[in-house]
Amino acid sequence: MVDVQVTNISKSYGQERQNAVDQVSFSVSKGELFGLIGPDGCGKTSLFRILTTLLLPDSGTASVNGFDIVKDFREIRRRVGYMPGKFSLYPDLTVEENLHFFATLFDTTIKANYDLIKDIYVQIAPFKDRRAGKLSGGMKQKLALCCALIHRPTVLFLDEPTTGVDTVSRKEFWEMLKLLKGEGITILVSTPYMDEATLCERIALIQKGTIMSIDTPDQIIHQFPKKIYAVMARNMGALLADLRSIQHISSCNAFGQYHHITFQDEDVRTPRKLIEELEYRGHVDMEITLIDPTIEDCFINLMDRHGN
Amino acid sequence: METDIVIKTEKLTKRFGDFIATNQITFDVQAGEIFGFLGANGAGKTTAMKMLCGLSTPTSGNATIAGFDIYRETEQIKKNIGYMSQKFSLYEDLTVLENINFFGGIYGLSKKRLSEKSESLIETLNMKELRKKLVGSLPLGWKQKLAFSVSILHEPKIVFLDEPTGGVDPVTRRQFWDLLYAAADRGITIFVTTHYMDEAEYCNRITMMVDGEIKALDTPKKLMQQYSSDSMDEVFYELARGAKRKAD
Repeated sequence: MVDVQVTNISKSYGQERQNAVDQVSFSVSKGELFGLIGPDGCGKTSLFRILTTLLLPDSGTASVNGFDIVKDFREIRRRVGYMPGKFSLYPDLTVEENLHFFATLFDTTIKANYDLIKDIYVQIAPFKDRRAGKLSGGMKQKLALCCALIHRPTVLFLDEPTTGVDTVSRKEFWEMLKLLKGEGITILVSTPYMDEATLCERIALIQKGTIMSIDTPDQIIHQFPKKIYAVMARNMGALLADLRSIQHISSCNAFGQYHHITFQDEDVRTPRKLIEELEYRGHVDMEITLIDPTIEDCFINLMDRHGN
Repeated sequence: METDIVIKTEKLTKRFGDFIATNQITFDVQAGEIFGFLGANGAGKTTAMKMLCGLSTPTSGNATIAGFDIYRETEQIKKNIGYMSQKFSLYEDLTVLENINFFGGIYGLSKKRLSEKSESLIETLNMKELRKKLVGSLPLGWKQKLAFSVSILHEPKIVFLDEPTGGVDPVTRRQFWDLLYAAADRGITIFVTTHYMDEAEYCNRITMMVDGEIKALDTPKKLMQQYSSDSMDEVFYELARGAKRKAD
């Protein structure tokens, strides 16, 4: 069963009429954990605001839970949970007051749905009398998630929940999402962190308002068109400059302690020959290894192909 | 060589009441080094950075920034550093050129020097076509590249970067780092915080702050060896998950 259906949605702003969202279509099944992956300004937030009925699209149609986003906006608002990218709870209400407020808005009580938020809420319960504005980033995020869940939504929209949050809190957050998925809640989550893509069941890679690819993370990696190698040498800065100057290398990007490269044409001897050439140019401690591409490699490759 | 040290701290501490935000941190940073300043949310990074920029007076300990004392010579410090963060950017309703001229003026560059600088800056950033565009209309990655270039207009000894690449697309993020390398090659010291662990691996050395203290300080390679991991992400996780503090 399809829970979210998006068909040719477009939205533009301002005088220059640049499309923030450009003919986007996708669908999300019931109970699926679906990721929108892309940098700031790629259209993720506009899409979320359209699907949560806070913004009207210029064209196209969409439905959530089978309800039309324009005609049936009231039905949708009753059923979905939305955690915006910007902290949007009441900073001068306490943790508990915020939660109570949102439960009341949806005509329910904390008690009635406590089982759903329990695992998350116990982590912030020691601070239940603290004002929300005084919480740390990680705790604000947990409270916002509790407030978005307190009416037991069928679909949960999470707009960049992990932006600016450290690795440890990010890992904890994704653990929580897995638990919620176990409850049968459909989850749409957006993130600029490419490494989080592999934690979703399916992902859409978005750039400049356009979806470049939609599939499972494994399939997207599988569709990478070339062999990709990780290269290392003692002087990584000079190596990058040299790799960029070599004609038959078609892409070259820094990835932490390695540079990832692809060749234009290659045979079995190509990697060996590259090493020889670089050693001739004075590089030492060279290493070249065939690797599996990461989602970020795929994203960069798709960006090139889309003329960025 | 002592003269090559541009940041030197000794037991630098900041308390807010009972709370010790930064607890006796001691480290040196060399001229031209790319120094990664990492830590979990609430570890005390922002407090430490504010002290190093001369914006907040330490409770105890000593530090010199570009040779100037952190208690007595804060105005000299401010003249010798650059600063940019993900949040504070440029003036969105001024054009690219107007922003450059404005900040160049603030930094006290002469008219001649400023016009040379802005020429070469626009050239390097490939922004010729965009020079008369409002900064607000530029994509985030371009803004950040411009903001960085503006923050080093006055050729400071050190530039402090607070999560400069958050949310920037993967291609522009790498172009941003190319700018950092070029600046470091010219001798500008880069002091940078980031949540991207691949960027941590680009740094010459890294500190990891946990609960207000420096828990590790070394090259990324040595840290990875020490923690027997393949990535800084794992090192970070190992160090930070022991944190008791969760406040920002």
